[in-house]
Amino acid sequence: MELELRGIRKEFPGVVANDDVSLRVRSGETVALLGENGAGKTTLMNILYGLYTATAGTVLIDGEEVVFHSPSDAIKAGIGMVHQHFMLVPVFTVAENAVLGDEPTERLGWLDKRRARKAVRDISERYGLNVDPDAITEDLPVGIQQRVEIIKVLMREADFVVFDEPTSVLTPTEVDGFFEIVNTLKAGGKGIVFISHKLGEALEIADRIVIMRRGRTVAEVLPSEVTEEQLAELMVGRPVDLVVDKGRAQPKETILAVNSLSVLDDRNRRVVDGVSFEIRSGEIVGIAGVQGNGQTELVESLTGLRPSITGTVFLNGEDITTKSPRAIHKLAVAHVPEDRQRSGLVLPFTVTENIVLDSYYEDPISKGIQMDWSAARERAERLVEEYDVRTPGTEVLVSTLSGGNQQKVIVAREFDRDVRLVIASQPTRGIDVGSIEYIHSRIVEERDQGAAVLIVSSELDEIRALSDRILVMYGGRISGEFPGTASPTEIGLAMLGSTSEAEAS
Amino acid sequence: MTTTTTAAEIRIRATPEERRATAVGVTLIFLAAFVFWVFGLGVESGSVSTFNLSLPGAVFADLVWAVNSQWLAYAVALILAFLGGLVLRRTHIRLTNLALAIGLGLLALAFLTWAASGKTFSLVGMLKSTVVLSVPVILGGLSGLMCERVAVINIAIEGQLLTAAFVGTIVGSVSSIWVGLFAAMATGAVLGGVLAVLTIKFRIDQIIAGVVINIFALGLTSFLARRVLGEVQDLNSPGRFSSFKIPVLGDIPVIGPMFFDHNMFVYVTFILVIFVHFALFYTRWGLRSRSVGEHPRAADTMGINVFRTRYRNVILGGVIAGFGGAFLTLAQVSRFEENLTAGIGFIGLAAMIFGRWMPIGVLGAGLVFGFARALQQKLGILGTPIPSEFLSMTPYIVTIIVVAGVVGRARPPAADGQPYIKD
Repeated sequence: MELELRGIRKEFPGVVANDDVSLRVRSGETVALLGENGAGKTTLMNILYGLYTATAGTVLIDGEEVVFHSPSDAIKAGIGMVHQHFMLVPVFTVAENAVLGDEPTERLGWLDKRRARKAVRDISERYGLNVDPDAITEDLPVGIQQRVEIIKVLMREADFVVFDEPTSVLTPTEVDGFFEIVNTLKAGGKGIVFISHKLGEALEIADRIVIMRRGRTVAEVLPSEVTEEQLAELMVGRPVDLVVDKGRAQPKETILAVNSLSVLDDRNRRVVDGVSFEIRSGEIVGIAGVQGNGQTELVESLTGLRPSITGTVFLNGEDITTKSPRAIHKLAVAHVPEDRQRSGLVLPFTVTENIVLDSYYEDPISKGIQMDWSAARERAERLVEEYDVRTPGTEVLVSTLSGGNQQKVIVAREFDRDVRLVIASQPTRGIDVGSIEYIHSRIVEERDQGAAVLIVSSELDEIRALSDRILVMYGGRISGEFPGTASPTEIGLAMLGSTSEAEAS
Repeated sequence: MTTTTTAAEIRIRATPEERRATAVGVTLIFLAAFVFWVFGLGVESGSVSTFNLSLPGAVFADLVWAVNSQWLAYAVALILAFLGGLVLRRTHIRLTNLALAIGLGLLALAFLTWAASGKTFSLVGMLKSTVVLSVPVILGGLSGLMCERVAVINIAIEGQLLTAAFVGTIVGSVSSIWVGLFAAMATGAVLGGVLAVLTIKFRIDQIIAGVVINIFALGLTSFLARRVLGEVQDLNSPGRFSSFKIPVLGDIPVIGPMFFDHNMFVYVTFILVIFVHFALFYTRWGLRSRSVGEHPRAADTMGINVFRTRYRNVILGGVIAGFGGAFLTLAQVSRFEENLTAGIGFIGLAAMIFGRWMPIGVLGAGLVFGFARALQQKLGILGTPIPSEFLSMTPYIVTIIVVAGVVGRARPPAADGQPYIKD
């Protein structure tokens, strides 16, 4: 069988997300769709899956044109999709999620739970997925949740399986297991589309690589014919430096000392469990780990957004354990939050308004109870210039900027003072390579000026590129400490929870 | 680079659950003291409270429980203090709620004993009223549950009950009570449909849409009640569904009159609770509805029509509220009055929250609220030193306590209250 997308164009109000995009997949082959964040890969796949309607262009299966008005049309045509953000109902069991939308029933719509369980068990065995049909989905690690997504697709007998950024949530070891599953599917005659922005993975898994840039397909190459550098250049459109340029760290006095900190999540589970570490002036400490192992709550606790239940946090020798976010902010702590749209910016505000969010109450931005907007604008204009924020002006809504420029607005606001501690969570998630390079260099600059830096990222590449010292979080604890030069395999083991202490320095 | 930890450095801060346990424990001990002073010492020693356990004319007539008012209060106070102590030890945090429930039950018993001291009180009569008065609350709660399980907040239950009661009265008066019942349910469906269109299609804030419907319903029915029902009395006398005793079961002492000697509405309500429970958790319809309430995008990607599912359930919720409205004027009383519902719809919503979005939970919560309403009625008859204005507040005070989260937080459907936007 063959699936083809021909001349696809998709316009959103004001932007062209896809422009004359073509892609072809045959049964039993893996095609990687490679492109930067915002290149239009996900839009293309949502069109294929019937979630969006294309402005122009056609989808063909075995040469025949098909039109999908909804995902159920696509499912019927044999297309399955494993979304980047899992489409699983957290409170359902695995079996319930697997059959949703195509439930085995007895009379009167009564669910046949036994048949559902058996179907899951059968597929799980056939493809070596090892998933318990009765487990509650939200209790499973993300790696297993992804397998539930795969089971969902296989239960509907898909001929083509689309994986949207499937490895972004996995540990290095899990990625290996995932590739095995992909190859089993391929051997079973499925056509696979692997969407990614990770060069190495595309080279490893794909039979063919299609590259997208700014909404267009710009090249199609065979993995055997290209190097990583060439792929990067095709993807970004200019030569890219893949390593962060930084000198040796020169750690001095301790800035941040965390001792036996425990924190509860929203459901009162102890997701940070007795964590202790220190960060010194002039060093970057990276916290690696699969998302959901307590990193979010740890950062929220350090920045005063979430109370801790045990332990202490000292900044420059001052106890900040129970201080308010503003008090901590005023002690020269810069915080780049994990989700820029939810907690980093007020989206319906302008760039200026967002820039002064942390200083609106102080001279010179306000005089008494009155805001001095010209002073605010002045600061915004200076920072936009200084931090290379690409915006038509400081009075446009921050929601109209690209992800990379939104992130630069946050970095500008947080870094524009004498910073002692930087806490940056997922600082480059979902942004373009140019902005990534810029933000990385800004972070290194802060370090060299004597700040202590804490980076939290689920991208191991980013952690390894930036960090002078790496801590791995697993199940709410620090499961390993490594020098910045450690290999991904070593770190990967700790990310799975095996506590092999490789002490740094 | 190693960090050492000494016990002195670690300050243990209480978890929210532990803090709650402390609050509950202190409350229980406070209540124990209260029961001891007011219900124990405040009663003449040797006075007896007499509870009738059967209604006149029952098969097992003249069942009576007589108890020394003071001794019972002392016993309750002792148990409350004991429970409070147990909770304060915080060794079994999970049992905090159980202790609280037992404690509040005992408090109610002590209160009744105090109120009935030196008198005779028909306990079974009050329990029977509890069931009857819980019916509209349970139906309101089920209506809300139907909607919130697909992530639409139905705050318009009150208006749906009221309008359905009004329409049921008029139609029931000019035709038969069965036609009136049907008209009431159809009214509920229409108002459910209005809520659905406003919130699903036009994505108006669900709370505001619901409030608008409530204000509209109150204004319209009050106006028409004065102008039409006030002028033409014949339109305000629909007759009533009569009650029928279920053979054998209805003769069991206490339980019989409580559950098996009622009109059709009461039986249907209990069956409906069980029906909705099974439908929600054991059928395709239920699985799909819950998925739409928890993660609509996931449902959408699996080919489930989110909008259609929401319309259907919100309209069904309206039908249930309509049924509840019919109960008010075609069974409980047989005439319509201005603002006859007096907040029952909101209490139903509270019952849904208290019942943790589960049909069986709604039933239990509904009975608690029914008890509060029955207490208010029967104590008025008994004559206690408490002013009647305070007694009328009982159901609402219970509602506030429940909604403020005294009974612990439950987890609503994840997408509750959020409109679904496709593109």
